[in-house]
Amino acid sequence: MANVTKEQVENIAHVARIAITNEEAAEYAKEFSDILAYAGQLNEVDTENVPPTTHVIDLKNVMREDIPEKGLSQEEVIKNAPDHLYGQIKVPSIID
Amino acid sequence: MSLFDKKLSELHDLLQKKEISVSDLVDESFQRIQQVEQDVQAFITLDEERAREKAKALDEKLGTDGAEGLLFGMPIGIKDNIVTKGLRTTCASKMLENFDPIYNATVMDKLEAANMVTIGKLNMDEFAMGSSTETSYFKKTRNPWNLDRVPGGSSGGSAAAVASGEVPFALGSDTGGSIRQPAAFCGVVGMKPTYGRVSRYGLVAFASSMDQIGPITRTVEDNAYLLQAISGRDPMDGTSADVEVPDYAAALTGDVKGLKIAVPKEYLGEGVDEEVKQAVHNALKVLEKLGATWEEVTLPHAKYSLAAYYLLSSSEASANLARFDGIRYGYRSPNSKTLMDLYKNTRAEGFGTEVKRRIMFGTYVLSSGNYDAYYKKALKVRTLIKQDFERIFEKYDVIIGPTTPTPAFKFGEKMDDPLKMYTNDIFVIPVNLAGVPAISVPCGFAGGLPVGLQIIGKHFDETTVYRAAHAFEQATDFHKQKPQL
Repeated sequence: MANVTKEQVENIAHVARIAITNEEAAEYAKEFSDILAYAGQLNEVDTENVPPTTHVIDLKNVMREDIPEKGLSQEEVIKNAPDHLYGQIKVPSIID
Repeated sequence: MSLFDKKLSELHDLLQKKEISVSDLVDESFQRIQQVEQDVQAFITLDEERAREKAKALDEKLGTDGAEGLLFGMPIGIKDNIVTKGLRTTCASKMLENFDPIYNATVMDKLEAANMVTIGKLNMDEFAMGSSTETSYFKKTRNPWNLDRVPGGSSGGSAAAVASGEVPFALGSDTGGSIRQPAAFCGVVGMKPTYGRVSRYGLVAFASSMDQIGPITRTVEDNAYLLQAISGRDPMDGTSADVEVPDYAAALTGDVKGLKIAVPKEYLGEGVDEEVKQAVHNALKVLEKLGATWEEVTLPHAKYSLAAYYLLSSSEASANLARFDGIRYGYRSPNSKTLMDLYKNTRAEGFGTEVKRRIMFGTYVLSSGNYDAYYKKALKVRTLIKQDFERIFEKYDVIIGPTTPTPAFKFGEKMDDPLKMYTNDIFVIPVNLAGVPAISVPCGFAGGLPVGLQIIGKHFDETTVYRAAHAFEQATDFHKQKPQL
Protein backbone atom coordinates (compact mmCIF):
# COMPACT_ATOMS: atom_id res chain seq x y z
CA MET A 1 0.00 0.00 0.00
CA ALA A 2 1.22 3.43 -0.91
CA ASN A 3 2.70 5.23 2.03
CA VAL A 4 3.23 8.93 1.46
CA THR A 5 6.30 10.33 3.20
CA LYS A 6 6.83 13.78 4.67
CA GLU A 7 9.51 14.42 2.01
CA GLN A 8 7.06 13.58 -0.76
CA VAL A 9 4.52 15.98 0.71
CA GLU A 10 7.14 18.75 0.83
CA ASN A 11 7.91 18.13 -2.83
CA ILE A 12 4.20 18.21 -3.76
CA ALA A 13 3.75 21.44 -1.81
CA HIS A 14 6.58 23.00 -3.80
CA VAL A 15 5.06 21.88 -7.11
CA ALA A 16 1.63 23.14 -6.00
CA ARG A 17 3.23 26.41 -4.83
CA ILE A 18 1.91 26.20 -1.27
CA ALA A 19 4.11 27.01 1.71
CA ILE A 20 3.68 24.42 4.48
CA THR A 21 5.17 23.92 7.92
CA ASN A 22 6.91 20.81 9.20
CA GLU A 23 3.88 19.81 11.24
CA GLU A 24 1.54 20.29 8.28
CA ALA A 25 3.77 18.11 6.11
CA ALA A 26 3.60 15.30 8.65
CA GLU A 27 -0.17 15.65 8.96
CA TYR A 28 -0.76 15.67 5.19
CA ALA A 29 1.51 12.61 4.83
CA LYS A 30 -0.72 10.67 7.19
CA GLU A 31 -3.96 11.90 5.61
CA PHE A 32 -2.81 11.15 2.08
CA SER A 33 -1.69 7.66 3.10
CA ASP A 34 -5.16 7.04 4.59
CA ILE A 35 -6.97 8.36 1.53
CA LEU A 36 -4.76 6.33 -0.82
CA ALA A 37 -5.36 3.22 1.27
CA TYR A 38 -9.08 3.86 0.81
CA ALA A 39 -8.60 4.48 -2.93
CA GLY A 40 -6.72 1.19 -3.14
CA GLN A 41 -10.12 -0.55 -3.38
CA LEU A 42 -10.17 0.48 -7.05
CA ASN A 43 -7.57 -2.23 -7.66
CA GLU A 44 -10.28 -4.82 -6.98
CA VAL A 45 -11.93 -3.73 -10.24
CA ASP A 46 -10.84 -5.40 -13.47
CA THR A 47 -10.35 -2.56 -15.95
CA GLU A 48 -8.28 -4.52 -18.43
CA ASN A 49 -10.16 -3.56 -21.62
CA VAL A 50 -12.11 -0.61 -20.27
CA PRO A 51 -11.57 2.75 -21.99
CA PRO A 52 -11.16 5.79 -19.70
CA THR A 53 -13.97 8.38 -19.50
CA THR A 54 -12.58 11.90 -19.28
CA HIS A 55 -15.86 13.41 -20.35
CA VAL A 56 -19.38 12.05 -19.94
CA ILE A 57 -20.96 13.68 -22.97
CA ASP A 58 -19.68 12.61 -26.36
CA LEU A 59 -18.01 15.81 -27.48
CA LYS A 60 -15.78 16.29 -30.48
CA ASN A 61 -13.57 19.34 -30.85
CA VAL A 62 -15.79 22.39 -30.60
CA MET A 63 -14.82 24.86 -33.32
CA ARG A 64 -15.96 28.38 -34.08
CA GLU A 65 -15.15 31.14 -36.54
CA ASP A 66 -12.17 33.23 -35.46
CA ILE A 67 -13.77 36.66 -35.43
CA PRO A 68 -11.87 39.46 -33.70
CA GLU A 69 -13.78 41.09 -30.88
CA LYS A 70 -13.00 43.95 -28.58
CA GLY A 71 -11.15 42.71 -25.46
CA LEU A 72 -11.13 44.05 -21.93
CA SER A 73 -10.01 47.59 -21.20
CA GLN A 74 -6.79 48.13 -19.27
CA GLU A 75 -8.87 49.52 -16.43
CA GLU A 76 -10.94 46.34 -16.22
CA VAL A 77 -7.88 44.09 -16.38
CA ILE A 78 -6.15 45.74 -13.41
CA LYS A 79 -9.36 46.34 -11.45
CA ASN A 80 -8.82 43.32 -9.20
CA ALA A 81 -5.01 43.23 -9.26
CA PRO A 82 -3.68 43.44 -5.69
CA ASP A 83 -0.83 45.77 -6.70
CA HIS A 84 -0.46 47.90 -9.81
CA LEU A 85 1.28 51.02 -11.06
CA TYR A 86 0.78 53.08 -14.26
CA GLY A 87 -1.74 50.52 -15.51
CA GLN A 88 0.70 47.64 -15.06
CA ILE A 89 0.48 44.76 -12.58
CA LYS A 90 3.34 44.91 -10.04
CA VAL A 91 5.21 41.81 -8.83
CA PRO A 92 8.40 41.36 -6.77
CA SER A 93 11.63 41.37 -8.77
CA ILE A 94 12.15 38.14 -10.72
CA ILE A 95 15.88 38.57 -11.41
CA ASP A 96 18.31 39.39 -8.58
CA MET B 1 -48.73 34.34 6.05
CA SER B 2 -45.70 35.11 3.94
CA LEU B 3 -46.04 35.91 0.25
CA PHE B 4 -43.56 33.09 -0.30
CA ASP B 5 -46.11 30.57 1.00
CA LYS B 6 -48.09 31.18 -2.16
CA LYS B 7 -47.61 29.20 -5.34
CA LEU B 8 -45.64 30.74 -8.19
CA SER B 9 -48.75 30.95 -10.39
CA GLU B 10 -50.65 32.79 -7.61
CA LEU B 11 -47.82 35.29 -7.13
CA HIS B 12 -47.76 35.84 -10.87
CA ASP B 13 -51.53 36.47 -10.96
CA LEU B 14 -51.26 38.93 -8.07
CA LEU B 15 -48.56 40.79 -9.99
CA GLN B 16 -50.63 40.84 -13.19
CA LYS B 17 -53.64 42.18 -11.32
CA LYS B 18 -51.38 44.78 -9.65
CA GLU B 19 -52.46 43.53 -6.22
CA ILE B 20 -48.80 43.21 -5.32
CA SER B 21 -45.69 44.79 -6.80
CA VAL B 22 -42.19 43.50 -7.42
CA SER B 23 -41.11 45.86 -4.63
CA ASP B 24 -43.44 43.97 -2.27
CA LEU B 25 -41.72 40.69 -3.18
CA VAL B 26 -38.27 42.18 -2.66
CA ASP B 27 -39.43 43.74 0.64
CA GLU B 28 -40.65 40.33 1.73
CA SER B 29 -37.17 38.91 1.14
CA PHE B 30 -35.34 41.61 3.05
CA GLN B 31 -37.86 41.56 5.91
CA ARG B 32 -37.47 37.83 6.28
CA ILE B 33 -33.68 38.20 6.13
CA GLN B 34 -33.94 40.81 8.86
CA GLN B 35 -35.94 38.32 10.98
CA VAL B 36 -34.00 35.09 10.58
CA GLU B 37 -30.59 35.76 9.08
CA GLN B 38 -28.89 36.11 12.46
CA ASP B 39 -29.86 32.49 13.14
CA VAL B 40 -29.48 31.04 9.66
CA GLN B 41 -26.44 32.96 8.32
CA ALA B 42 -27.09 31.99 4.71
CA PHE B 43 -25.75 35.09 2.94
CA ILE B 44 -22.18 36.30 2.49
CA THR B 45 -23.16 39.51 0.67
CA LEU B 46 -26.52 41.27 0.32
CA ASP B 47 -27.25 43.43 -2.72
CA GLU B 48 -30.10 45.42 -1.20
CA GLU B 49 -29.67 48.77 -2.90
CA ARG B 50 -29.47 47.36 -6.41
CA ALA B 51 -32.27 44.87 -5.69
CA ARG B 52 -34.62 47.67 -4.66
CA GLU B 53 -33.69 49.76 -7.70
CA LYS B 54 -34.26 46.78 -9.94
CA ALA B 55 -37.64 46.16 -8.29
CA LYS B 56 -38.66 49.75 -9.00
CA ALA B 57 -37.63 49.44 -12.64
CA LEU B 58 -39.56 46.18 -12.97
CA ASP B 59 -42.63 47.75 -11.36
CA GLU B 60 -42.56 50.42 -14.07
CA LYS B 61 -42.30 47.70 -16.68
CA LEU B 62 -45.18 45.87 -14.99
CA GLY B 63 -47.30 49.03 -15.30
CA THR B 64 -46.71 49.34 -19.04
CA ASP B 65 -46.14 45.80 -20.38
CA GLY B 66 -47.37 43.50 -17.58
CA ALA B 67 -45.40 40.63 -16.07
CA GLU B 68 -43.77 38.71 -18.88
CA GLY B 69 -43.06 35.13 -17.84
CA LEU B 70 -43.74 33.42 -14.54
CA LEU B 71 -40.34 34.31 -13.07
CA PHE B 72 -40.92 38.06 -13.59
CA GLY B 73 -40.03 39.96 -10.43
CA MET B 74 -39.14 36.89 -8.38
CA PRO B 75 -36.30 37.31 -5.84
CA ILE B 76 -33.37 34.91 -6.14
CA GLY B 77 -30.19 34.19 -4.17
CA ILE B 78 -26.99 33.13 -5.94
CA LYS B 79 -24.30 30.76 -4.70
CA ASP B 80 -21.12 32.75 -4.26
CA ASN B 81 -19.11 30.81 -6.85
CA ILE B 82 -21.17 32.22 -9.73
CA VAL B 83 -19.67 35.50 -10.91
CA THR B 84 -21.90 38.57 -10.74
CA LYS B 85 -20.76 41.78 -12.41
CA GLY B 86 -20.21 44.52 -9.85
CA LEU B 87 -21.22 42.24 -6.96
CA ARG B 88 -18.47 40.71 -4.85
CA THR B 89 -17.93 37.00 -5.57
CA THR B 90 -15.86 35.24 -2.91
CA CYS B 91 -16.25 31.45 -3.31
CA ALA B 92 -16.38 31.69 0.52
CA SER B 93 -12.58 32.06 0.45
CA LYS B 94 -10.14 34.58 1.87
CA MET B 95 -8.49 34.26 -1.56
CA LEU B 96 -11.40 36.13 -3.20
CA GLU B 97 -12.59 38.19 -0.23
CA ASN B 98 -12.54 41.41 -2.28
CA PHE B 99 -13.04 40.05 -5.78
CA ASP B 100 -15.33 42.28 -7.85
CA PRO B 101 -16.11 40.47 -11.15
CA ILE B 102 -15.95 42.43 -14.38
CA TYR B 103 -18.43 40.18 -16.16
CA ASN B 104 -21.57 38.14 -15.54
CA ALA B 105 -21.87 34.37 -15.65
CA THR B 106 -24.14 33.30 -18.52
CA VAL B 107 -26.78 32.14 -16.03
CA MET B 108 -26.84 35.67 -14.55
CA ASP B 109 -27.55 37.17 -17.97
CA LYS B 110 -30.34 34.63 -18.37
CA LEU B 111 -31.87 35.53 -14.99
CA GLU B 112 -31.67 39.17 -16.03
CA ALA B 113 -33.54 38.30 -19.25
CA ALA B 114 -36.17 36.51 -17.15
CA ASN B 115 -36.53 39.72 -15.06
CA MET B 116 -35.58 38.09 -11.77
CA VAL B 117 -34.14 40.14 -8.89
CA THR B 118 -30.83 39.12 -7.29
CA ILE B 119 -31.02 39.53 -3.51
CA GLY B 120 -27.45 38.53 -2.66
CA LYS B 121 -24.69 35.93 -2.66
CA LEU B 122 -24.99 32.75 -0.64
CA ASN B 123 -22.58 30.97 1.65
CA MET B 124 -20.93 27.69 0.64
CA ASP B 125 -17.98 25.47 1.40
CA GLU B 126 -14.78 27.19 0.28
CA PHE B 127 -14.48 26.73 -3.52
CA ALA B 128 -17.39 24.24 -3.20
CA MET B 129 -15.16 21.69 -1.45
CA GLY B 130 -17.14 20.19 1.40
CA SER B 131 -20.47 18.69 2.44
CA SER B 132 -21.48 20.91 5.36
CA THR B 133 -20.65 24.56 4.43
CA GLU B 134 -18.31 24.46 7.46
CA THR B 135 -15.22 25.15 5.32
CA SER B 136 -16.47 28.67 4.46
CA TYR B 137 -13.93 31.34 5.41
CA PHE B 138 -16.71 33.71 6.47
CA LYS B 139 -19.40 32.00 8.52
CA LYS B 140 -21.24 28.83 9.45
CA THR B 141 -24.68 28.55 7.92
CA ARG B 142 -27.14 26.73 10.18
CA ASN B 143 -29.87 24.29 9.26
CA PRO B 144 -33.22 26.10 9.61
CA TRP B 145 -34.81 22.89 10.95
CA ASN B 146 -32.32 22.59 13.80
CA LEU B 147 -29.75 25.30 14.39
CA ASP B 148 -27.28 22.80 15.91
CA ARG B 149 -27.09 20.95 12.59
CA VAL B 150 -25.28 21.70 9.34
CA PRO B 151 -27.30 22.71 6.27
CA GLY B 152 -25.26 20.34 4.10
CA GLY B 153 -22.97 21.52 1.36
CA SER B 154 -21.44 22.80 -0.56
CA SER B 155 -24.54 24.84 -1.57
CA GLY B 156 -25.60 25.08 2.11
CA GLY B 157 -26.41 28.80 1.96
CA SER B 158 -28.64 28.31 -1.09
CA ALA B 159 -30.66 25.49 0.52
CA ALA B 160 -30.93 27.22 3.93
CA ALA B 161 -32.05 30.53 2.37
CA VAL B 162 -34.89 28.82 0.48
CA ALA B 163 -35.88 26.62 3.44
CA SER B 164 -36.09 29.59 5.80
CA GLY B 165 -38.17 31.66 3.37
CA GLU B 166 -35.53 34.34 2.75
CA VAL B 167 -35.79 33.78 -1.00
CA PRO B 168 -38.14 31.53 -3.00
CA PHE B 169 -35.42 30.73 -5.54
CA ALA B 170 -31.67 30.06 -5.45
CA LEU B 171 -28.92 28.80 -7.71
CA GLY B 172 -26.39 26.28 -6.49
CA SER B 173 -23.70 24.17 -8.13
CA ASP B 174 -23.21 20.41 -7.92
CA THR B 175 -19.88 18.64 -8.55
CA GLY B 176 -20.37 15.71 -6.17
CA GLY B 177 -23.84 16.24 -4.71
CA SER B 178 -23.53 19.89 -3.69
CA ILE B 179 -27.09 20.81 -4.74
CA ARG B 180 -28.95 17.61 -3.83
CA GLN B 181 -27.37 16.87 -0.45
CA PRO B 182 -28.08 20.33 1.10
CA ALA B 183 -31.55 20.34 -0.51
CA ALA B 184 -32.23 17.02 1.26
CA PHE B 185 -30.86 18.28 4.59
CA CYS B 186 -32.94 21.48 4.44
CA GLY B 187 -36.18 19.98 3.06
CA VAL B 188 -36.24 21.79 -0.29
CA VAL B 189 -36.10 20.81 -3.98
CA GLY B 190 -32.66 20.70 -5.65
CA MET B 191 -31.87 19.66 -9.22
CA LYS B 192 -28.51 18.77 -10.74
CA PRO B 193 -29.15 18.92 -14.48
CA THR B 194 -27.43 16.72 -17.06
CA TYR B 195 -23.77 17.68 -17.54
CA GLY B 196 -23.81 20.19 -20.42
CA ARG B 197 -27.41 21.33 -19.91
CA VAL B 198 -26.48 24.64 -18.26
CA SER B 199 -23.55 26.84 -19.26
CA ARG B 200 -20.64 26.83 -16.82
CA TYR B 201 -19.33 30.17 -18.11
CA GLY B 202 -18.74 32.26 -15.02
CA LEU B 203 -18.98 29.37 -12.56
CA VAL B 204 -15.64 29.36 -10.74
CA ALA B 205 -14.25 25.96 -11.75
CA PHE B 206 -13.68 23.16 -9.22
CA ALA B 207 -13.80 19.91 -11.25
CA SER B 208 -14.72 20.94 -14.78
CA SER B 209 -15.79 17.50 -16.03
CA MET B 210 -18.50 17.33 -13.33
CA ASP B 211 -19.40 20.91 -12.27
CA GLN B 212 -22.97 21.88 -13.11
CA ILE B 213 -25.20 24.80 -12.02
CA GLY B 214 -28.78 24.04 -10.97
CA PRO B 215 -31.88 25.39 -9.18
CA ILE B 216 -32.81 25.06 -5.49
CA THR B 217 -36.47 25.91 -4.88
CA ARG B 218 -39.57 25.41 -2.69
CA THR B 219 -41.40 23.21 -5.19
CA VAL B 220 -40.79 21.04 -8.25
CA GLU B 221 -42.79 23.47 -10.38
CA ASP B 222 -40.60 26.43 -9.37
CA ASN B 223 -37.57 24.28 -10.08
CA ALA B 224 -38.72 23.37 -13.59
CA TYR B 225 -39.35 27.02 -14.50
CA LEU B 226 -35.97 28.13 -13.21
CA LEU B 227 -34.08 25.37 -15.03
CA GLN B 228 -35.99 26.30 -18.19
CA ALA B 229 -34.69 29.86 -17.86
CA ILE B 230 -31.00 28.96 -17.42
CA SER B 231 -30.63 25.98 -19.81
CA GLY B 232 -29.21 25.86 -23.29
CA ARG B 233 -26.12 25.90 -25.45
CA ASP B 234 -23.73 28.78 -24.83
CA PRO B 235 -20.92 29.71 -27.21
CA MET B 236 -18.87 30.73 -24.15
CA ASP B 237 -18.87 27.15 -22.79
CA GLY B 238 -17.60 24.55 -25.25
CA THR B 239 -19.00 21.76 -23.07
CA SER B 240 -22.54 23.12 -23.03
CA ALA B 241 -24.61 20.75 -25.14
CA ASP B 242 -26.30 21.58 -28.40
CA VAL B 243 -29.45 19.73 -27.36
CA GLU B 244 -32.96 21.13 -27.56
CA VAL B 245 -34.40 22.30 -24.23
CA PRO B 246 -37.91 20.84 -23.82
CA ASP B 247 -40.81 22.56 -22.06
CA TYR B 248 -40.24 21.18 -18.56
CA ALA B 249 -43.43 22.63 -17.09
CA ALA B 250 -45.50 20.74 -19.68
CA ALA B 251 -44.29 17.52 -18.03
CA LEU B 252 -45.87 18.43 -14.70
CA THR B 253 -49.08 16.50 -15.29
CA GLY B 254 -49.17 14.42 -12.13
CA ASP B 255 -49.43 11.33 -14.31
CA VAL B 256 -46.87 8.58 -13.67
CA LYS B 257 -48.95 5.62 -14.86
CA GLY B 258 -46.65 3.00 -16.30
CA LEU B 259 -43.46 4.74 -15.05
CA LYS B 260 -40.78 2.10 -14.54
CA ILE B 261 -38.66 2.71 -11.43
CA ALA B 262 -35.39 0.99 -10.56
CA VAL B 263 -34.33 0.87 -6.90
CA PRO B 264 -30.65 -0.01 -6.41
CA LYS B 265 -30.27 -2.40 -3.49
CA GLU B 266 -26.99 -0.65 -2.62
CA TYR B 267 -29.01 2.48 -1.82
CA LEU B 268 -31.08 0.85 0.92
CA GLY B 269 -28.44 -1.33 2.51
CA GLU B 270 -26.03 -1.10 5.39
CA GLY B 271 -25.24 2.30 6.88
CA VAL B 272 -28.58 3.84 5.91
CA ASP B 273 -30.63 5.29 8.77
CA GLU B 274 -33.77 3.20 9.45
CA GLU B 275 -36.11 6.20 9.32
CA VAL B 276 -34.54 7.25 6.01
CA LYS B 277 -35.17 3.76 4.60
CA GLN B 278 -38.74 3.89 5.84
CA ALA B 279 -39.33 7.28 4.21
CA VAL B 280 -38.05 5.97 0.86
CA HIS B 281 -40.21 2.82 1.09
CA ASN B 282 -43.23 5.00 1.85
CA ALA B 283 -42.40 7.16 -1.16
CA LEU B 284 -42.26 4.10 -3.40
CA LYS B 285 -45.72 3.10 -2.12
CA VAL B 286 -47.04 6.55 -3.02
CA LEU B 287 -45.66 6.26 -6.54
CA GLU B 288 -47.04 2.72 -6.84
CA LYS B 289 -50.48 3.97 -5.91
CA LEU B 290 -50.18 6.53 -8.70
CA GLY B 291 -49.59 3.74 -11.21
CA ALA B 292 -45.80 3.43 -11.31
CA THR B 293 -44.01 0.11 -10.80
CA TRP B 294 -40.65 -0.56 -9.19
CA GLU B 295 -38.09 -3.33 -9.08
CA GLU B 296 -34.85 -3.84 -7.26
CA VAL B 297 -31.69 -3.51 -9.36
CA THR B 298 -27.97 -3.37 -8.69
CA LEU B 299 -25.32 -0.73 -9.36
CA PRO B 300 -22.33 -3.04 -8.87
CA HIS B 301 -19.67 -0.31 -9.21
CA ALA B 302 -21.42 2.36 -7.11
CA LYS B 303 -19.30 1.49 -4.08
CA TYR B 304 -16.18 2.61 -5.97
CA SER B 305 -17.67 6.02 -6.80
CA LEU B 306 -16.32 7.81 -3.78
CA ALA B 307 -12.71 6.76 -4.38
CA ALA B 308 -12.91 7.50 -8.12
CA TYR B 309 -14.60 10.84 -7.49
CA TYR B 310 -12.07 11.93 -4.92
CA LEU B 311 -9.12 11.10 -7.18
CA LEU B 312 -10.65 12.78 -10.25
CA SER B 313 -12.14 15.88 -8.61
CA SER B 314 -8.95 16.61 -6.67
CA SER B 315 -6.87 16.19 -9.81
CA GLU B 316 -9.04 18.61 -11.75
CA ALA B 317 -9.11 21.04 -8.82
CA SER B 318 -5.32 21.09 -8.57
CA ALA B 319 -5.17 22.36 -12.15
CA ASN B 320 -8.17 24.72 -11.93
CA LEU B 321 -7.03 26.44 -8.75
CA ALA B 322 -3.52 27.09 -10.08
CA ARG B 323 -4.87 30.41 -11.36
CA PHE B 324 -5.05 31.81 -7.82
CA ASP B 325 -1.49 33.04 -7.57
CA GLY B 326 -1.83 36.53 -6.08
CA ILE B 327 -0.89 38.30 -9.29
CA ARG B 328 -3.91 39.32 -11.37
CA TYR B 329 -6.70 39.17 -8.80
CA GLY B 330 -7.49 37.95 -5.32
CA TYR B 331 -5.48 37.88 -2.13
CA ARG B 332 -1.73 38.59 -2.18
CA SER B 333 0.49 37.82 0.79
CA PRO B 334 2.12 41.08 1.96
CA ASN B 335 5.37 39.48 3.17
CA SER B 336 7.24 38.13 0.17
CA LYS B 337 10.64 39.08 -1.18
CA THR B 338 10.71 36.85 -4.26
CA LEU B 339 8.08 35.82 -6.79
CA MET B 340 8.28 32.19 -5.63
CA ASP B 341 7.67 33.25 -2.03
CA LEU B 342 4.78 35.39 -3.18
CA TYR B 343 3.09 32.41 -4.87
CA LYS B 344 3.68 30.08 -1.95
CA ASN B 345 2.71 32.46 0.84
CA THR B 346 -0.32 33.77 -1.04
CA ARG B 347 -1.67 30.26 -1.53
CA ALA B 348 -0.75 29.14 1.99
CA GLU B 349 -2.54 32.14 3.55
CA GLY B 350 -5.37 32.54 1.02
CA PHE B 351 -6.68 28.96 0.93
CA GLY B 352 -8.27 27.05 3.83
CA THR B 353 -7.25 23.58 5.00
CA GLU B 354 -9.67 21.51 2.91
CA VAL B 355 -8.84 23.38 -0.31
CA LYS B 356 -5.10 22.96 0.27
CA ARG B 357 -5.60 19.29 1.08
CA ARG B 358 -7.36 18.70 -2.23
CA ILE B 359 -4.96 20.75 -4.35
CA MET B 360 -1.99 18.90 -2.89
CA PHE B 361 -3.65 15.51 -3.13
CA GLY B 362 -4.59 16.20 -6.76
CA THR B 363 -1.03 17.30 -7.50
CA TYR B 364 0.19 14.03 -6.01
CA VAL B 365 -2.27 11.95 -8.06
CA LEU B 366 -1.24 13.66 -11.30
CA SER B 367 2.50 13.44 -10.69
CA SER B 368 4.51 11.03 -12.85
CA GLY B 369 4.50 7.53 -11.46
CA ASN B 370 1.04 7.99 -9.95
CA TYR B 371 -0.87 9.12 -13.03
CA ASP B 372 -1.57 5.64 -14.44
CA ALA B 373 -2.03 3.92 -11.09
CA TYR B 374 -4.56 6.42 -9.74
CA TYR B 375 -5.83 8.97 -12.23
CA LYS B 376 -6.21 6.69 -15.25
CA LYS B 377 -7.53 3.85 -13.10
CA ALA B 378 -10.22 6.18 -11.73
CA LEU B 379 -11.18 7.26 -15.26
CA LYS B 380 -11.67 3.60 -16.22
CA VAL B 381 -13.77 2.87 -13.14
CA ARG B 382 -15.80 5.93 -14.09
CA THR B 383 -16.60 4.23 -17.42
CA LEU B 384 -17.92 1.18 -15.55
CA ILE B 385 -20.06 3.35 -13.28
CA LYS B 386 -21.50 5.13 -16.29
CA GLN B 387 -22.24 1.76 -17.93
CA ASP B 388 -24.06 0.58 -14.77
CA PHE B 389 -26.47 3.48 -15.24
CA GLU B 390 -26.84 2.94 -18.99
CA ARG B 391 -27.68 -0.72 -18.43
CA ILE B 392 -30.43 0.16 -15.95
CA PHE B 393 -31.85 2.87 -18.19
CA GLU B 394 -32.33 0.35 -21.00
CA LYS B 395 -35.20 -1.09 -18.95
CA TYR B 396 -36.27 1.65 -16.53
CA ASP B 397 -37.29 5.32 -16.72
CA VAL B 398 -35.85 6.55 -13.44
CA ILE B 399 -33.71 5.33 -10.53
CA ILE B 400 -34.94 6.14 -7.02
CA GLY B 401 -33.30 6.01 -3.60
CA PRO B 402 -32.45 8.24 -0.65
CA THR B 403 -30.38 11.36 -1.40
CA THR B 404 -28.24 10.81 1.71
CA PRO B 405 -27.80 7.87 4.11
CA THR B 406 -28.64 10.03 7.16
CA PRO B 407 -30.34 13.36 7.85
CA ALA B 408 -28.32 16.51 8.68
CA PHE B 409 -25.46 15.92 11.13
CA LYS B 410 -24.14 18.16 13.91
CA PHE B 411 -21.47 20.83 13.51
CA GLY B 412 -17.95 19.48 13.91
CA GLU B 413 -19.17 15.88 13.79
CA LYS B 414 -17.20 14.99 10.67
CA MET B 415 -14.74 17.85 10.33
CA ASP B 416 -11.76 16.03 11.82
CA ASP B 417 -12.05 13.00 9.52
CA PRO B 418 -12.13 13.76 5.78
CA LEU B 419 -13.09 10.19 4.84
CA LYS B 420 -16.08 10.23 7.19
CA MET B 421 -17.24 13.52 5.70
CA TYR B 422 -16.96 12.19 2.15
CA THR B 423 -19.03 9.03 2.82
CA ASN B 424 -22.08 11.21 3.35
CA ASP B 425 -22.06 11.77 -0.43
CA ILE B 426 -22.06 8.09 -1.35
CA PHE B 427 -25.48 8.19 -3.14
CA VAL B 428 -25.10 11.53 -4.89
CA ILE B 429 -21.60 11.12 -6.33
CA PRO B 430 -22.23 8.31 -8.87
CA VAL B 431 -24.63 10.69 -10.63
CA ASN B 432 -21.87 13.24 -11.26
CA LEU B 433 -19.46 10.60 -12.51
CA ALA B 434 -22.10 9.41 -15.00
CA GLY B 435 -23.23 12.95 -15.91
CA VAL B 436 -26.95 12.13 -15.61
CA PRO B 437 -29.59 14.47 -14.09
CA ALA B 438 -31.01 13.96 -10.59
CA ILE B 439 -33.33 15.79 -8.22
CA SER B 440 -33.81 15.68 -4.46
CA VAL B 441 -37.37 16.23 -3.17
CA PRO B 442 -38.59 16.17 0.45
CA CYS B 443 -40.02 12.72 1.33
CA GLY B 444 -40.36 12.66 5.11
CA PHE B 445 -38.56 13.25 8.38
CA ALA B 446 -36.06 11.34 10.49
CA GLY B 447 -35.67 12.51 14.07
CA GLY B 448 -37.45 15.74 13.14
CA LEU B 449 -35.05 16.45 10.26
CA PRO B 450 -35.99 16.42 6.57
CA VAL B 451 -35.22 13.39 4.36
CA GLY B 452 -34.62 13.73 0.62
CA LEU B 453 -35.76 11.36 -2.13
CA GLN B 454 -33.33 11.22 -5.05
CA ILE B 455 -34.78 10.65 -8.52
CA ILE B 456 -32.18 10.01 -11.22
CA GLY B 457 -32.90 10.15 -14.98
CA LYS B 458 -31.31 9.46 -18.35
CA HIS B 459 -28.96 11.95 -19.98
CA PHE B 460 -30.95 15.05 -21.00
CA ASP B 461 -34.20 13.56 -19.68
CA GLU B 462 -34.87 16.07 -16.90
CA THR B 463 -38.48 15.98 -18.14
CA THR B 464 -39.16 12.49 -16.75
CA VAL B 465 -37.35 13.33 -13.52
CA TYR B 466 -39.56 16.40 -13.05
CA ARG B 467 -42.71 14.44 -13.96
CA ALA B 468 -42.01 11.80 -11.30
CA ALA B 469 -40.91 14.37 -8.68
CA HIS B 470 -43.95 16.55 -9.27
CA ALA B 471 -46.42 13.64 -9.10
CA PHE B 472 -44.88 12.54 -5.82
CA GLU B 473 -44.89 16.07 -4.42
CA GLN B 474 -48.54 16.64 -5.32
CA ALA B 475 -49.53 13.39 -3.62
CA THR B 476 -47.74 14.32 -0.36
CA ASP B 477 -47.43 17.42 1.80
CA PHE B 478 -43.80 17.30 2.93
CA HIS B 479 -42.96 20.34 0.80
CA LYS B 480 -45.62 22.35 2.65
CA GLN B 481 -44.00 21.84 6.04
CA LYS B 482 -41.79 24.72 7.13
CA PRO B 483 -39.16 25.00 9.84
CA GLN B 484 -40.08 27.06 12.92
CA LEU B 485 -37.69 29.98 13.13
